[in-house]
Amino acid sequence: MPRVVLEFEKPIFDLEQKIEEMRSLSDNLDIGDELVTLEKKVQQLRESIYANLTRWQKVQLARHPERPYTLDYIQMMLTDFIELHGDRTFGDDRAIVGGFGKLDGEPVMVIGHQKGRDTKSNLFRNFGMPQPEGYRKALRLMKLAVKFNRPIITLVDTPGAYPGIGAEERGQAEAIARNLFEMSRLPVPIIVVIIGEGASGGALGIGVGDRILMLENTWYSVIAPESCSSILWRSWEFKEQAAEALRLTAPDLLEQKIIDRIVPEPLGGAHRNPTEIGVTLQKILIEELAALQKIKPDRLVDKRLAKFSAMGVWSE
Amino acid sequence: MSWFKRSKHNIAPDNQKKDTPEGLWSKCDSCQEIITKAALEQNLWVCPKCGFHFRISSKEYFDILFDAGTCREFDKKITSKDPLGFVDTKRYRDRIKDSIKKTGLHDAIRCGTGKMNGHAVVIACMDFTFIGGSMGAVVGEKISRAAERAYKTKKPLVIISSSGGARMMEAAYSLMQMAKTSAHLARLAEAKIPYISIMTDPTTGGVTASFAMLGDVNIGEPGALIGFAGPRVIKQTIGKNLPDGFQKAEFVQEKGFLDLVVPRKEMKDTVSKLIGMMSA
Ligand SMILES: [Zn+2]
Repeated sequence: MPRVVLEFEKPIFDLEQKIEEMRSLSDNLDIGDELVTLEKKVQQLRESIYANLTRWQKVQLARHPERPYTLDYIQMMLTDFIELHGDRTFGDDRAIVGGFGKLDGEPVMVIGHQKGRDTKSNLFRNFGMPQPEGYRKALRLMKLAVKFNRPIITLVDTPGAYPGIGAEERGQAEAIARNLFEMSRLPVPIIVVIIGEGASGGALGIGVGDRILMLENTWYSVIAPESCSSILWRSWEFKEQAAEALRLTAPDLLEQKIIDRIVPEPLGGAHRNPTEIGVTLQKILIEELAALQKIKPDRLVDKRLAKFSAMGVWSE
Repeated sequence: MSWFKRSKHNIAPDNQKKDTPEGLWSKCDSCQEIITKAALEQNLWVCPKCGFHFRISSKEYFDILFDAGTCREFDKKITSKDPLGFVDTKRYRDRIKDSIKKTGLHDAIRCGTGKMNGHAVVIACMDFTFIGGSMGAVVGEKISRAAERAYKTKKPLVIISSSGGARMMEAAYSLMQMAKTSAHLARLAEAKIPYISIMTDPTTGGVTASFAMLGDVNIGEPGALIGFAGPRVIKQTIGKNLPDGFQKAEFVQEKGFLDLVVPRKEMKDTVSKLIGMMSA
Protein backbone atom coordinates (compact mmCIF):
# COMPACT_ATOMS: atom_id res chain seq x y z
CA MET A 1 0.00 0.00 0.00
CA PRO A 2 1.30 3.48 -0.75
CA ARG A 3 2.34 5.63 2.17
CA VAL A 4 0.80 8.70 0.62
CA VAL A 5 -2.94 8.46 0.08
CA LEU A 6 -4.69 11.19 -1.84
CA GLU A 7 -7.97 12.57 -0.55
CA PHE A 8 -10.11 10.93 -3.23
CA GLU A 9 -8.41 7.56 -2.72
CA LYS A 10 -9.34 7.33 0.97
CA PRO A 11 -12.47 5.18 0.55
CA ILE A 12 -10.38 2.60 -1.31
CA PHE A 13 -7.64 2.47 1.27
CA ASP A 14 -10.05 2.34 4.19
CA LEU A 15 -11.61 -0.73 2.64
CA GLU A 16 -8.26 -2.27 1.75
CA GLN A 17 -7.16 -1.78 5.32
CA LYS A 18 -10.31 -3.45 6.60
CA ILE A 19 -9.72 -6.44 4.34
CA GLU A 20 -6.17 -6.76 5.53
CA GLU A 21 -7.23 -6.63 9.15
CA MET A 22 -9.87 -9.29 8.55
CA ARG A 23 -7.36 -11.43 6.77
CA SER A 24 -4.94 -11.31 9.66
CA LEU A 25 -7.71 -12.42 12.01
CA SER A 26 -9.29 -14.92 9.70
CA ASP A 27 -6.97 -17.90 10.26
CA ASN A 28 -9.49 -19.91 12.22
CA LEU A 29 -12.69 -18.04 11.35
CA ASP A 30 -14.90 -18.86 8.45
CA ILE A 31 -15.16 -15.47 6.77
CA GLY A 32 -13.98 -16.47 3.32
CA ASP A 33 -17.23 -15.49 1.64
CA GLU A 34 -17.28 -12.11 3.29
CA LEU A 35 -13.70 -11.50 2.19
CA VAL A 36 -14.53 -12.34 -1.40
CA THR A 37 -17.45 -9.92 -1.31
CA LEU A 38 -15.27 -7.18 0.12
CA GLU A 39 -12.53 -7.84 -2.41
CA LYS A 40 -15.08 -7.49 -5.16
CA LYS A 41 -16.38 -4.33 -3.61
CA VAL A 42 -12.96 -2.72 -3.32
CA GLN A 43 -12.19 -3.61 -6.91
CA GLN A 44 -15.43 -1.99 -8.06
CA LEU A 45 -14.63 1.04 -5.97
CA ARG A 46 -11.16 1.32 -7.54
CA GLU A 47 -12.56 0.98 -11.01
CA SER A 48 -15.24 3.59 -10.50
CA ILE A 49 -12.98 6.08 -8.73
CA TYR A 50 -10.03 5.87 -11.11
CA ALA A 51 -12.23 5.84 -14.18
CA ASN A 52 -13.86 9.11 -13.15
CA LEU A 53 -10.98 11.24 -11.99
CA THR A 54 -11.27 14.97 -12.45
CA ARG A 55 -8.42 16.72 -14.20
CA TRP A 56 -7.15 18.12 -10.92
CA GLN A 57 -7.15 14.63 -9.39
CA LYS A 58 -5.05 13.41 -12.32
CA VAL A 59 -2.62 16.26 -11.70
CA GLN A 60 -2.33 15.00 -8.13
CA LEU A 61 -1.70 11.45 -9.31
CA ALA A 62 0.93 12.73 -11.75
CA ARG A 63 2.68 14.30 -8.77
CA HIS A 64 2.33 11.31 -6.47
CA PRO A 65 5.62 11.14 -4.55
CA GLU A 66 5.85 7.37 -4.99
CA ARG A 67 5.58 7.37 -8.78
CA PRO A 68 8.53 5.95 -10.69
CA TYR A 69 10.93 8.65 -11.89
CA THR A 70 13.36 8.70 -14.80
CA LEU A 71 16.10 6.68 -13.12
CA ASP A 72 13.52 4.09 -12.02
CA TYR A 73 12.33 3.65 -15.60
CA ILE A 74 15.91 3.45 -16.81
CA GLN A 75 16.59 0.72 -14.27
CA MET A 76 13.44 -1.16 -15.24
CA MET A 77 13.70 -0.84 -19.01
CA LEU A 78 17.38 -0.63 -19.93
CA THR A 79 20.47 -2.70 -19.44
CA ASP A 80 24.06 -1.47 -19.15
CA PHE A 81 23.01 2.14 -18.50
CA ILE A 82 25.92 4.51 -18.07
CA GLU A 83 25.04 7.98 -16.84
CA LEU A 84 26.96 10.82 -18.48
CA HIS A 85 27.41 14.14 -16.75
CA GLY A 86 27.87 17.83 -17.45
CA ASP A 87 27.32 20.38 -20.19
CA ARG A 88 31.06 20.99 -20.81
CA THR A 89 30.49 24.68 -20.18
CA PHE A 90 29.31 25.34 -16.68
CA GLY A 91 28.41 22.28 -14.64
CA ASP A 92 26.29 19.21 -14.12
CA ASP A 93 22.60 19.78 -13.51
CA ARG A 94 21.16 16.97 -11.40
CA ALA A 95 17.59 17.83 -12.38
CA ILE A 96 18.27 16.27 -15.78
CA VAL A 97 19.96 12.90 -16.15
CA GLY A 98 21.05 11.10 -19.28
CA GLY A 99 23.28 8.50 -20.78
CA PHE A 100 23.64 5.49 -23.03
CA GLY A 101 21.90 2.24 -22.28
CA LYS A 102 20.49 -0.74 -24.11
CA LEU A 103 16.84 -1.18 -24.91
CA ASP A 104 16.13 -4.72 -26.03
CA GLY A 105 19.85 -5.07 -26.70
CA GLU A 106 20.08 -1.93 -28.86
CA PRO A 107 22.06 1.12 -27.69
CA VAL A 108 19.91 4.22 -27.13
CA MET A 109 20.41 7.63 -25.55
CA VAL A 110 17.99 8.28 -22.69
CA ILE A 111 17.52 11.70 -21.15
CA GLY A 112 15.00 12.71 -18.52
CA HIS A 113 14.06 15.09 -15.74
CA GLN A 114 14.84 13.66 -12.32
CA LYS A 115 12.92 14.47 -9.14
CA GLY A 116 13.89 13.48 -5.61
CA ARG A 117 11.94 11.35 -3.13
CA ASP A 118 12.63 13.17 0.12
CA THR A 119 13.82 16.59 1.22
CA LYS A 120 17.47 15.73 0.83
CA SER A 121 17.21 14.17 -2.60
CA ASN A 122 14.78 16.85 -3.73
CA LEU A 123 17.28 19.54 -2.83
CA PHE A 124 19.93 17.56 -4.69
CA ARG A 125 17.66 17.30 -7.73
CA ASN A 126 16.28 20.84 -7.33
CA PHE A 127 12.77 19.29 -7.34
CA GLY A 128 13.27 18.31 -10.97
CA MET A 129 13.55 21.96 -12.05
CA PRO A 130 16.46 22.30 -14.48
CA GLN A 131 18.87 25.17 -14.91
CA PRO A 132 20.26 26.14 -18.33
CA GLU A 133 23.16 23.71 -17.94
CA GLY A 134 20.64 20.88 -17.68
CA TYR A 135 19.20 21.70 -21.10
CA ARG A 136 22.70 22.14 -22.49
CA LYS A 137 23.77 18.78 -21.09
CA ALA A 138 20.69 17.24 -22.69
CA LEU A 139 21.59 18.79 -26.05
CA ARG A 140 25.20 17.65 -25.76
CA LEU A 141 24.04 14.09 -25.16
CA MET A 142 21.56 14.26 -28.03
CA LYS A 143 24.30 15.36 -30.38
CA LEU A 144 26.43 12.51 -29.09
CA ALA A 145 23.59 10.16 -30.00
CA VAL A 146 23.42 11.66 -33.49
CA LYS A 147 27.17 11.26 -33.93
CA PHE A 148 26.90 7.53 -33.37
CA ASN A 149 23.48 7.20 -34.97
CA ARG A 150 21.59 6.15 -31.84
CA PRO A 151 17.93 6.91 -31.23
CA ILE A 152 16.92 9.25 -28.43
CA ILE A 153 14.30 8.66 -25.76
CA THR A 154 13.37 11.50 -23.42
CA LEU A 155 11.35 11.16 -20.23
CA VAL A 156 9.56 14.33 -19.14
CA ASP A 157 8.72 14.99 -15.49
CA THR A 158 9.18 18.54 -14.25
CA PRO A 159 7.23 21.23 -12.41
CA GLY A 160 9.05 23.72 -14.68
CA ALA A 161 12.42 25.19 -15.54
CA TYR A 162 13.92 26.87 -12.46
CA PRO A 163 13.15 30.59 -12.17
CA GLY A 164 16.24 31.95 -10.42
CA ILE A 165 18.85 34.67 -10.81
CA GLY A 166 21.60 32.31 -11.94
CA ALA A 167 19.26 30.58 -14.37
CA GLU A 168 18.45 33.91 -16.00
CA GLU A 169 22.10 35.01 -16.02
CA ARG A 170 23.13 31.81 -17.76
CA GLY A 171 20.34 32.09 -20.32
CA GLN A 172 17.46 29.80 -19.35
CA ALA A 173 15.44 31.09 -22.29
CA GLU A 174 18.27 30.63 -24.79
CA ALA A 175 19.00 27.13 -23.53
CA ILE A 176 15.39 26.00 -23.98
CA ALA A 177 15.04 27.78 -27.32
CA ARG A 178 18.26 26.19 -28.60
CA ASN A 179 17.00 22.72 -27.70
CA LEU A 180 13.70 23.26 -29.54
CA PHE A 181 15.65 24.51 -32.55
CA GLU A 182 18.19 21.67 -32.57
CA MET A 183 15.83 18.85 -31.63
CA SER A 184 13.58 19.70 -34.56
CA ARG A 185 16.39 18.74 -36.98
CA LEU A 186 18.27 15.85 -35.34
CA PRO A 187 18.49 13.04 -37.92
CA VAL A 188 17.75 10.19 -35.50
CA PRO A 189 14.42 8.98 -34.11
CA ILE A 190 13.27 10.82 -30.98
CA ILE A 191 10.55 9.45 -28.72
CA VAL A 192 9.23 11.66 -25.92
CA VAL A 193 7.34 10.22 -22.97
CA ILE A 194 5.55 12.34 -20.37
CA ILE A 195 5.96 10.20 -17.24
CA GLY A 196 4.69 12.68 -14.64
CA GLU A 197 4.44 16.43 -14.93
CA GLY A 198 4.90 18.23 -18.22
CA ALA A 199 5.06 21.84 -17.10
CA SER A 200 5.59 24.34 -19.84
CA GLY A 201 8.86 25.30 -21.53
CA GLY A 202 10.79 23.39 -18.89
CA ALA A 203 9.18 20.19 -20.16
CA LEU A 204 9.20 21.05 -23.85
CA GLY A 205 12.93 21.81 -23.60
CA ILE A 206 13.54 18.07 -23.96
CA GLY A 207 10.16 17.38 -25.57
CA VAL A 208 10.48 17.77 -29.33
CA GLY A 209 10.28 14.43 -31.11
CA ASP A 210 8.76 12.13 -33.69
CA ARG A 211 6.40 10.35 -31.31
CA ILE A 212 5.00 11.98 -28.18
CA LEU A 213 3.55 9.59 -25.61
CA MET A 214 1.85 10.31 -22.31
CA LEU A 215 1.38 7.97 -19.41
CA GLU A 216 -2.28 7.71 -18.51
CA ASN A 217 -2.17 9.75 -15.29
CA THR A 218 0.07 12.62 -16.29
CA TRP A 219 -0.43 16.22 -17.33
CA TYR A 220 1.17 18.44 -19.94
CA SER A 221 0.42 22.11 -20.48
CA VAL A 222 1.70 25.62 -20.78
CA ILE A 223 1.31 26.30 -17.07
CA ALA A 224 0.53 24.47 -13.82
CA PRO A 225 -3.11 24.80 -12.70
CA GLU A 226 -2.15 26.63 -9.49
CA SER A 227 -0.13 29.28 -11.32
CA CYS A 228 -2.85 29.62 -13.93
CA SER A 229 -5.37 30.14 -11.13
CA SER A 230 -3.22 32.77 -9.46
CA ILE A 231 -2.84 34.75 -12.67
CA LEU A 232 -6.24 34.47 -14.33
CA TRP A 233 -8.41 34.21 -11.21
CA ARG A 234 -5.97 36.21 -9.09
CA SER A 235 -6.17 33.63 -6.33
CA TRP A 236 -4.61 30.23 -5.67
CA GLU A 237 -8.07 28.83 -4.92
CA PHE A 238 -9.22 28.06 -8.45
CA LYS A 239 -6.77 25.29 -9.31
CA GLU A 240 -9.56 22.77 -9.98
CA GLN A 241 -11.26 25.11 -12.46
CA ALA A 242 -7.91 25.99 -14.00
CA ALA A 243 -7.08 22.30 -14.48
CA GLU A 244 -10.44 21.79 -16.19
CA ALA A 245 -10.02 24.86 -18.39
CA LEU A 246 -6.49 23.90 -19.44
CA ARG A 247 -7.61 20.44 -20.63
CA LEU A 248 -4.23 19.03 -19.70
CA THR A 249 -4.71 15.27 -19.33
CA ALA A 250 -3.50 12.54 -21.66
CA PRO A 251 -6.92 11.98 -23.31
CA ASP A 252 -7.26 15.77 -23.75
CA LEU A 253 -3.92 16.04 -25.50
CA LEU A 254 -4.63 13.04 -27.69
CA GLU A 255 -7.85 14.72 -28.77
CA GLN A 256 -5.95 17.96 -29.45
CA LYS A 257 -3.56 15.94 -31.64
CA ILE A 258 -0.60 17.09 -29.61
CA ILE A 259 0.36 13.61 -28.46
CA ASP A 260 0.30 10.36 -30.40
CA ARG A 261 -0.42 7.72 -27.84
CA ILE A 262 -1.45 7.06 -24.25
CA VAL A 263 0.47 4.50 -22.22
CA PRO A 264 -1.95 2.69 -19.89
CA GLU A 265 -1.02 2.64 -16.20
CA PRO A 266 -1.90 0.03 -13.60
CA LEU A 267 -5.20 0.74 -11.87
CA GLY A 268 -4.58 3.47 -9.30
CA GLY A 269 -1.47 4.80 -11.00
CA ALA A 270 2.06 3.85 -12.03
CA HIS A 271 3.23 3.71 -8.41
CA ARG A 272 0.74 0.94 -7.52
CA ASN A 273 2.69 -1.45 -9.72
CA PRO A 274 5.99 -0.02 -10.99
CA THR A 275 7.08 -3.33 -12.52
CA GLU A 276 3.94 -3.46 -14.61
CA ILE A 277 4.33 0.10 -15.98
CA GLY A 278 8.02 -0.57 -16.61
CA VAL A 279 7.20 -3.62 -18.71
CA THR A 280 4.37 -1.84 -20.55
CA LEU A 281 6.48 1.19 -21.42
CA GLN A 282 9.45 -0.91 -22.45
CA LYS A 283 7.30 -2.93 -24.83
CA ILE A 284 5.75 0.19 -26.35
CA LEU A 285 9.12 1.91 -26.78
CA ILE A 286 10.57 -1.11 -28.59
CA GLU A 287 7.55 -1.16 -30.90
CA GLU A 288 7.58 2.60 -31.58
CA LEU A 289 11.31 2.66 -32.17
CA ALA A 290 11.12 -0.20 -34.66
CA ALA A 291 8.57 1.76 -36.68
CA LEU A 292 10.63 4.98 -36.60
CA GLN A 293 13.84 3.25 -37.59
CA LYS A 294 12.29 2.32 -40.92
CA ILE A 295 12.04 6.01 -41.86
CA LYS A 296 14.99 7.65 -43.61
CA PRO A 297 16.61 10.51 -41.61
CA ASP A 298 15.65 13.25 -44.12
CA ARG A 299 12.08 12.12 -44.17
CA LEU A 300 12.04 11.83 -40.38
CA VAL A 301 13.06 15.46 -40.00
CA ASP A 302 10.51 16.63 -42.63
CA LYS A 303 7.78 14.72 -40.85
CA ARG A 304 8.81 16.18 -37.51
CA LEU A 305 8.49 19.72 -38.86
CA ALA A 306 5.12 18.87 -40.41
CA LYS A 307 3.96 17.34 -37.14
CA PHE A 308 4.61 20.47 -35.10
CA SER A 309 3.44 22.74 -37.92
CA ALA A 310 0.02 21.15 -37.71
CA MET A 311 -0.39 21.96 -34.01
CA GLY A 312 -2.88 24.70 -33.26
CA VAL A 313 -6.35 25.76 -34.31
CA TRP A 314 -7.24 28.96 -36.16
CA SER A 315 -9.52 30.32 -38.83
CA GLU A 316 -8.87 32.66 -41.74
CA MET B 1 4.68 28.93 -16.02
CA SER B 2 5.64 31.94 -14.13
CA TRP B 3 6.19 34.39 -16.93
CA PHE B 4 2.48 34.93 -17.22
CA LYS B 5 2.55 36.96 -14.06
CA ARG B 6 3.30 39.91 -16.20
CA SER B 7 0.29 39.44 -18.36
CA LYS B 8 -1.95 40.49 -15.49
CA HIS B 9 -1.41 43.97 -16.80
CA ASN B 10 -1.93 42.84 -20.32
CA ILE B 11 -5.35 41.50 -19.65
CA ALA B 12 -6.43 44.86 -18.33
CA PRO B 13 -5.32 46.91 -21.28
CA ASP B 14 -6.19 50.14 -19.50
CA ASN B 15 -2.83 49.97 -17.77
CA GLN B 16 -1.13 50.54 -21.07
CA LYS B 17 -2.99 53.75 -21.78
CA LYS B 18 -0.49 55.93 -20.05
CA ASP B 19 2.05 55.01 -22.72
CA THR B 20 -0.05 56.51 -25.46
CA PRO B 21 -2.42 58.95 -23.83
CA GLU B 22 -5.09 60.65 -25.84
CA GLY B 23 -4.44 64.29 -26.53
CA LEU B 24 -1.39 66.25 -27.46
CA TRP B 25 0.97 65.57 -24.59
CA SER B 26 2.70 62.51 -23.22
CA LYS B 27 4.56 62.02 -19.98
CA CYS B 28 7.76 60.01 -20.02
CA ASP B 29 7.47 56.94 -17.76
CA SER B 30 11.09 57.21 -16.86
CA CYS B 31 11.94 60.90 -16.30
CA GLN B 32 8.38 62.27 -16.06
CA GLU B 33 9.15 64.87 -18.73
CA ILE B 34 6.10 66.22 -20.53
CA ILE B 35 6.59 65.96 -24.27
CA THR B 36 4.35 66.89 -27.17
CA LYS B 37 3.13 63.91 -29.10
CA ALA B 38 4.42 65.40 -32.32
CA ALA B 39 7.95 65.70 -30.89
CA LEU B 40 7.73 62.17 -29.55
CA GLU B 41 6.56 60.77 -32.84
CA GLN B 42 9.35 62.53 -34.66
CA ASN B 43 11.79 60.99 -32.22
CA LEU B 44 10.35 57.48 -32.91
CA TRP B 45 8.64 57.40 -29.49
CA VAL B 46 11.90 57.75 -27.61
CA CYS B 47 12.05 60.37 -24.86
CA PRO B 48 14.25 63.20 -26.16
CA LYS B 49 15.36 63.98 -22.63
CA CYS B 50 16.30 60.58 -21.12
CA GLY B 51 16.20 58.14 -24.05
CA PHE B 52 13.39 56.02 -22.59
CA HIS B 53 11.85 53.83 -25.30
CA PHE B 54 8.04 53.98 -25.22
CA ARG B 55 6.20 50.79 -26.18
CA ILE B 56 4.95 51.05 -29.72
CA SER B 57 2.69 49.01 -31.94
CA SER B 58 3.57 46.87 -34.91
CA LYS B 59 2.18 49.54 -37.20
CA GLU B 60 4.69 52.07 -35.90
CA TYR B 61 7.55 49.58 -36.05
CA PHE B 62 6.70 48.72 -39.64
CA ASP B 63 6.85 52.44 -40.49
CA ILE B 64 10.25 52.67 -38.85
CA LEU B 65 11.80 49.66 -40.61
CA PHE B 66 10.23 49.41 -44.04
CA ASP B 67 11.14 51.83 -46.83
CA ALA B 68 8.11 54.07 -47.38
CA GLY B 69 5.43 52.50 -49.53
CA THR B 70 7.13 49.10 -49.95
CA CYS B 71 5.36 47.07 -47.26
CA ARG B 72 2.79 44.48 -48.23
CA GLU B 73 1.13 42.79 -45.30
CA PHE B 74 0.15 39.14 -45.43
CA ASP B 75 -1.92 36.69 -43.35
CA LYS B 76 -3.92 39.57 -41.88
CA LYS B 77 -7.07 37.64 -41.11
CA ILE B 78 -5.87 34.59 -39.22
CA THR B 79 -7.90 34.45 -36.01
CA SER B 80 -7.92 32.23 -32.95
CA LYS B 81 -10.81 29.79 -32.75
CA ASP B 82 -10.69 29.37 -28.98
CA PRO B 83 -10.33 25.60 -29.42
CA LEU B 84 -10.71 24.82 -25.72
CA GLY B 85 -13.67 27.10 -25.06
CA PHE B 86 -11.52 28.62 -22.33
CA VAL B 87 -13.26 30.54 -19.58
CA ASP B 88 -11.68 32.08 -16.51
CA THR B 89 -13.13 35.24 -15.04
CA LYS B 90 -13.94 36.15 -18.61
CA ARG B 91 -14.51 34.17 -21.78
CA TYR B 92 -11.41 33.92 -23.96
CA ARG B 93 -13.69 34.37 -26.95
CA ASP B 94 -14.68 37.79 -25.60
CA ARG B 95 -11.09 38.73 -24.85
CA ILE B 96 -10.25 38.04 -28.49
CA LYS B 97 -13.26 39.99 -29.74
CA ASP B 98 -12.45 42.96 -27.51
CA SER B 99 -8.80 42.93 -28.53
CA ILE B 100 -9.66 42.83 -32.22
CA LYS B 101 -11.95 45.79 -31.71
CA LYS B 102 -9.39 47.69 -29.69
CA THR B 103 -6.33 47.07 -31.86
CA GLY B 104 -7.74 46.50 -35.33
CA LEU B 105 -5.51 43.42 -35.47
CA HIS B 106 -6.69 39.82 -35.49
CA ASP B 107 -3.98 38.70 -33.11
CA ALA B 108 -0.79 39.87 -31.43
CA ILE B 109 1.33 40.03 -34.58
CA ARG B 110 1.62 41.75 -37.95
CA CYS B 111 3.56 40.27 -40.87
CA GLY B 112 4.74 41.96 -44.02
CA THR B 113 7.22 41.86 -46.81
CA GLY B 114 8.95 44.83 -48.40
CA LYS B 115 12.23 46.70 -48.60
CA MET B 116 14.55 47.88 -45.87
CA ASN B 117 17.15 50.33 -47.15
CA GLY B 118 16.70 48.53 -50.44
CA HIS B 119 17.03 44.98 -49.07
CA ALA B 120 14.04 42.73 -49.67
CA VAL B 121 12.96 41.39 -46.24
CA VAL B 122 10.17 39.60 -44.41
CA ILE B 123 9.25 41.23 -41.11
CA ALA B 124 7.02 39.97 -38.31
CA CYS B 125 6.27 42.32 -35.44
CA MET B 126 4.39 41.51 -32.24
CA ASP B 127 1.83 43.75 -30.60
CA PHE B 128 1.88 43.93 -26.82
CA THR B 129 -1.56 45.55 -26.68
CA PHE B 130 -3.22 42.38 -28.00
CA ILE B 131 -3.62 40.20 -24.86
CA GLY B 132 -0.14 41.11 -23.67
CA GLY B 133 1.50 40.06 -26.90
CA SER B 134 0.90 36.48 -25.85
CA MET B 135 1.64 33.64 -28.26
CA GLY B 136 -1.20 31.33 -29.14
CA ALA B 137 -1.75 29.29 -32.30
CA VAL B 138 -2.19 32.40 -34.46
CA VAL B 139 1.09 34.02 -33.47
CA GLY B 140 2.79 30.63 -33.87
CA GLU B 141 1.28 30.06 -37.28
CA LYS B 142 2.06 33.57 -38.51
CA ILE B 143 5.68 33.40 -37.34
CA SER B 144 5.99 29.99 -38.99
CA ARG B 145 4.51 31.25 -42.24
CA ALA B 146 6.78 34.30 -42.18
CA ALA B 147 9.76 31.96 -41.75
CA GLU B 148 8.43 29.75 -44.52
CA ARG B 149 8.04 32.74 -46.82
CA ALA B 150 11.59 33.83 -46.04
CA TYR B 151 12.73 30.28 -46.75
CA LYS B 152 10.91 29.98 -50.05
CA THR B 153 11.72 33.47 -51.34
CA LYS B 154 15.25 33.46 -49.83
CA LYS B 155 14.64 36.76 -48.09
CA PRO B 156 16.13 37.60 -44.70
CA LEU B 157 13.72 37.45 -41.79
CA VAL B 158 13.36 40.05 -39.03
CA ILE B 159 11.14 39.43 -36.00
CA ILE B 160 10.37 42.12 -33.44
CA SER B 161 9.18 40.61 -30.17
CA SER B 162 7.10 42.14 -27.43
CA SER B 163 5.38 39.57 -25.32
CA GLY B 164 4.44 38.33 -21.87
CA GLY B 165 4.92 34.76 -23.11
CA ALA B 166 2.69 31.95 -24.23
CA ARG B 167 -1.09 32.40 -24.16
CA MET B 168 -2.56 30.46 -21.26
CA MET B 169 -6.03 30.32 -22.76
CA GLU B 170 -4.74 28.07 -25.49
CA ALA B 171 -2.99 25.80 -23.00
CA ALA B 172 -0.93 23.03 -24.64
CA TYR B 173 -1.59 24.44 -28.10
CA SER B 174 0.22 27.63 -27.14
CA LEU B 175 3.12 25.70 -25.62
CA MET B 176 3.59 23.81 -28.87
CA GLN B 177 3.99 27.07 -30.79
CA MET B 178 7.41 27.36 -29.17
CA ALA B 179 8.49 24.13 -30.86
CA LYS B 180 6.70 24.95 -34.10
CA THR B 181 8.29 28.38 -34.59
CA SER B 182 11.73 27.11 -33.55
CA ALA B 183 11.49 24.22 -36.02
CA HIS B 184 10.72 26.62 -38.87
CA LEU B 185 13.66 28.81 -37.88
CA ALA B 186 15.92 25.76 -37.81
CA ARG B 187 15.04 24.95 -41.41
CA LEU B 188 15.61 28.60 -42.37
CA ALA B 189 19.03 28.46 -40.70
CA GLU B 190 19.95 25.31 -42.64
CA ALA B 191 19.18 27.22 -45.84
CA LYS B 192 21.60 29.92 -44.63
CA ILE B 193 19.04 32.68 -44.74
CA PRO B 194 19.67 35.37 -42.13
CA TYR B 195 17.30 35.84 -39.24
CA ILE B 196 17.57 38.88 -37.01
CA SER B 197 15.69 38.98 -33.73
CA ILE B 198 14.82 42.31 -32.11
CA MET B 199 13.59 42.18 -28.53
CA THR B 200 11.61 45.12 -27.20
CA ASP B 201 10.08 45.78 -23.79
CA PRO B 202 9.02 43.27 -22.55
CA THR B 203 10.10 39.99 -24.10
CA THR B 204 9.58 37.15 -21.64
CA GLY B 205 8.49 33.56 -21.22
CA GLY B 206 7.73 31.26 -24.10
CA VAL B 207 8.57 33.87 -26.71
CA THR B 208 12.06 34.46 -25.31
CA ALA B 209 12.46 30.71 -24.86
CA SER B 210 11.75 30.09 -28.53
CA PHE B 211 12.07 32.31 -31.59
CA ALA B 212 13.26 35.52 -29.88
CA MET B 213 16.54 33.99 -28.65
CA LEU B 214 17.29 32.21 -31.92
CA GLY B 215 18.50 35.06 -34.10
CA ASP B 216 21.72 34.85 -36.07
CA VAL B 217 21.97 38.23 -34.44
CA ASN B 218 20.01 39.03 -31.28
CA ILE B 219 19.30 42.72 -30.68
CA GLY B 220 17.66 44.41 -27.71
CA GLU B 221 16.17 47.87 -27.42
CA PRO B 222 17.75 49.91 -24.62
CA GLY B 223 16.20 49.20 -21.24
CA ALA B 224 13.92 46.44 -22.51
CA LEU B 225 13.01 43.69 -20.03
CA ILE B 226 14.19 40.42 -21.54
CA GLY B 227 14.03 37.12 -19.68
CA PHE B 228 12.53 33.73 -19.18
CA ALA B 229 10.75 34.02 -15.85
CA GLY B 230 9.22 37.35 -14.87
CA PRO B 231 11.01 39.32 -12.12
CA ARG B 232 8.11 38.93 -9.71
CA VAL B 233 8.18 35.16 -9.96
CA ILE B 234 11.92 35.02 -9.46
CA LYS B 235 11.66 37.28 -6.44
CA GLN B 236 8.91 35.08 -5.02
CA THR B 237 10.94 31.91 -5.62
CA ILE B 238 14.22 33.03 -4.13
CA GLY B 239 12.80 35.39 -1.49
CA LYS B 240 15.39 38.05 -2.23
CA ASN B 241 15.49 41.36 -4.03
CA LEU B 242 16.79 41.32 -7.56
CA PRO B 243 20.00 43.14 -8.49
CA ASP B 244 19.75 46.54 -10.20
CA GLY B 245 19.24 46.32 -13.92
CA PHE B 246 18.45 42.60 -13.71
CA GLN B 247 16.96 41.30 -16.99
CA LYS B 248 17.38 44.64 -18.75
CA ALA B 249 18.74 44.49 -22.29
CA GLU B 250 22.11 45.84 -21.15
CA PHE B 251 22.31 43.11 -18.48
CA VAL B 252 21.32 40.41 -20.95
CA GLN B 253 24.02 41.63 -23.33
CA GLU B 254 26.61 41.58 -20.55
CA LYS B 255 25.64 37.95 -19.82
CA GLY B 256 26.23 37.05 -23.45
CA PHE B 257 22.78 36.58 -24.91
CA LEU B 258 22.39 39.74 -26.96
CA ASP B 259 24.81 40.74 -29.69
CA LEU B 260 23.76 44.34 -29.55
CA VAL B 261 21.67 46.89 -27.73
CA VAL B 262 20.53 49.32 -30.40
CA PRO B 263 18.55 52.55 -29.92
CA ARG B 264 15.40 52.64 -32.03
CA LYS B 265 16.70 55.49 -34.18
CA GLU B 266 19.66 53.37 -35.32
CA MET B 267 17.71 50.14 -35.68
CA LYS B 268 16.91 50.29 -39.37
CA ASP B 269 20.44 51.15 -40.42
CA THR B 270 22.04 48.59 -38.12
CA VAL B 271 19.73 45.77 -39.20
CA SER B 272 20.06 46.52 -42.90
CA LYS B 273 23.87 46.74 -42.62
CA LEU B 274 23.91 43.35 -40.93
CA ILE B 275 21.68 41.89 -43.60
CA GLY B 276 24.05 43.28 -46.21
CA MET B 277 26.93 41.46 -44.49
CA MET B 278 25.11 38.16 -44.27
CA SER B 279 23.19 37.77 -47.50
CA ALA B 280 24.04 37.92 -51.16
ZN1 LIG C 1 12.34 60.54 -20.33
